[in-house]
Amino acid sequence: MSDLEDYVPIVGQATVGELFLLARQLQGKVIQNINSTAVGGGVAEILSRMIPLLKQLDVDARWDVIKGDEKFFFTTKKFHNGLHGVPVEISDDEYRHFIEINRQNAQELTFGDILFVHDPQPIALIEKRQEFGKQWIWRCHIDFSNPNPQIWQFLEQFIIRYNAAVFSAPAFARKLAVPQILIAPSIDPLSDKNKELPEEVIDSVFKRFKIDRSRPVVTQISRFDYLKDPLGVIKAYQLAKQYCDMQLVLAGGGATDDPEGPLIMERVRQEAEKDNDIFVLFLPPASDIEINALQRGSTVILQKSLREGFGLTVTEALWKAKPTIAGAVGGIPLQIAHKYSGILSHSIEGTAHWIRQLINEPQYARRLGANGKEHVRNNFLITRHIKDYLLLFISLFHAGDVVYL
Amino acid sequence: MSGFHFYTKLDQTVLLGIQARNVRGLLENLKQVPDSSIYHHTHRFLQQHHYLSPEPPNDFAYWVTNILGDTTLGEQLWSVDIVQFQSIADLRGKFLSLLEAYLAFGERRIDCPEGTEFHFMASRIFVFSTNRVAHDLSEFAEMLGMVSINSVYYHIFDAKLRLQRGENDFSRWLRSLGETELAEAIKSMDPYSHTLEGLRKGIIALVKHYV
Repeated sequence: MSDLEDYVPIVGQATVGELFLLARQLQGKVIQNINSTAVGGGVAEILSRMIPLLKQLDVDARWDVIKGDEKFFFTTKKFHNGLHGVPVEISDDEYRHFIEINRQNAQELTFGDILFVHDPQPIALIEKRQEFGKQWIWRCHIDFSNPNPQIWQFLEQFIIRYNAAVFSAPAFARKLAVPQILIAPSIDPLSDKNKELPEEVIDSVFKRFKIDRSRPVVTQISRFDYLKDPLGVIKAYQLAKQYCDMQLVLAGGGATDDPEGPLIMERVRQEAEKDNDIFVLFLPPASDIEINALQRGSTVILQKSLREGFGLTVTEALWKAKPTIAGAVGGIPLQIAHKYSGILSHSIEGTAHWIRQLINEPQYARRLGANGKEHVRNNFLITRHIKDYLLLFISLFHAGDVVYL
Repeated sequence: MSGFHFYTKLDQTVLLGIQARNVRGLLENLKQVPDSSIYHHTHRFLQQHHYLSPEPPNDFAYWVTNILGDTTLGEQLWSVDIVQFQSIADLRGKFLSLLEAYLAFGERRIDCPEGTEFHFMASRIFVFSTNRVAHDLSEFAEMLGMVSINSVYYHIFDAKLRLQRGENDFSRWLRSLGETELAEAIKSMDPYSHTLEGLRKGIIALVKHYV
């Protein structure tokens, strides 16, 4: 487990010191995080790193996971797809079941001073507000820019009862009567997925997967979900490969609440069977070192998402100073200033064009990578995320644009 | 003689749920958003990309240039010299006059592509003490090298424009010590044409010259 002092060489003593000064404002308050999955997916990943660090700051942060049956998670998966603009039908019975599961969970929970509810799954716990009072914050981690109106209407009745709503990107803000706060997620530079790795470790991972490090490697790390467009990635690779030699790595796993992963994975595998330079790696959850090594050993990283929450795999790639080409969706434009700290692409053809450019111009690619890493250091590491959460909790007790603590 | 008390600040970004798709929308919304939004959009790039460029643009210029593709208007917005303004109301007035003048020459309505709208935001700042107090120039130079970049930012940028103290906090304190020449030297630095670390180093070098 990381110690806050371990972050000093990365972000500086003053930045870590400010966290301790802020945390003093929350003495005696219990901050309770609630989400729907303990492992897999970005939310569980960040909470498992953040809670221990908050405790080191002497903040009483806790984490509860709601329970649900198959029908509940099937419905919330439909919410997820519908909020991303995919046509879905949700029956009245499914809506009722969703609320019922939330009510059952509410019976079993003990509520802290600040309830920090993550994503739609536990959103209806807010019904308990009348009974318990407290400060309630809803944290939306997913792309909310073009939600299915029916699902939005259903969720809005709960959102407006919170004290504040938190979104990961400006485009997700809605016309709402509650304050909306922008908090980008973050990565942990000391986690297995992001820490520095010796070259031998990177070599051994590439050797294990039979990928040739002496040739260019283009990699996309993400779940096998059609919103990540793995088939579009293969097409872009095929277009670019007409002009320069390269291998393509598609690697990822699936979160526990994502029943579609294996199906998409199979379609990708069928496409990939036609080309020995395409490596499709279905990685189990405990593959952080492998992902780290694949990113560090790649020539170019892609994240050709059609929809995206924030896009933490982009953050991970940038932190490794890798030239990165990513779809201009969700939170990705917050991370990449086009042609400064990476490349924003809008099409398969555009992605192919930039793959060739970055493979053929390594000096330019290195400059993009270096700028990307600095941008992540300043804005998207876990220390900044902790700062934003501390400010969020503190802000519930203050008014005005300038607050003197 | 009172010491210099180093404060620092941290920002919270508030989403206003207001967006613009073209220059007309930018103008109309600029008239109504709070001062904290004008401040946010003229200083965000400086804070987030302070390592990248010594002369970062404001968000309005970046969006008009890179999203709407209007380099002429973008350059006009880009070259607004923020250091010349003593209040956010004046700064807002400058942007409004540029946009109104542009639209007066005929409405060139170019809508941005879907998904690239200008999203208005605002910032709340939370100010707190670093518990560092400098009692002379030597201590001041040493502590200035130790505080976070947010502290430097607060005493230079927030103090002058957002909190309307007339000048940066360092110059005000130095003036109270009778160090008028040094105070003027720091005041005359253009903080918007330095990276934040460059600004910190420049001030420390100046102060050490007077120790």
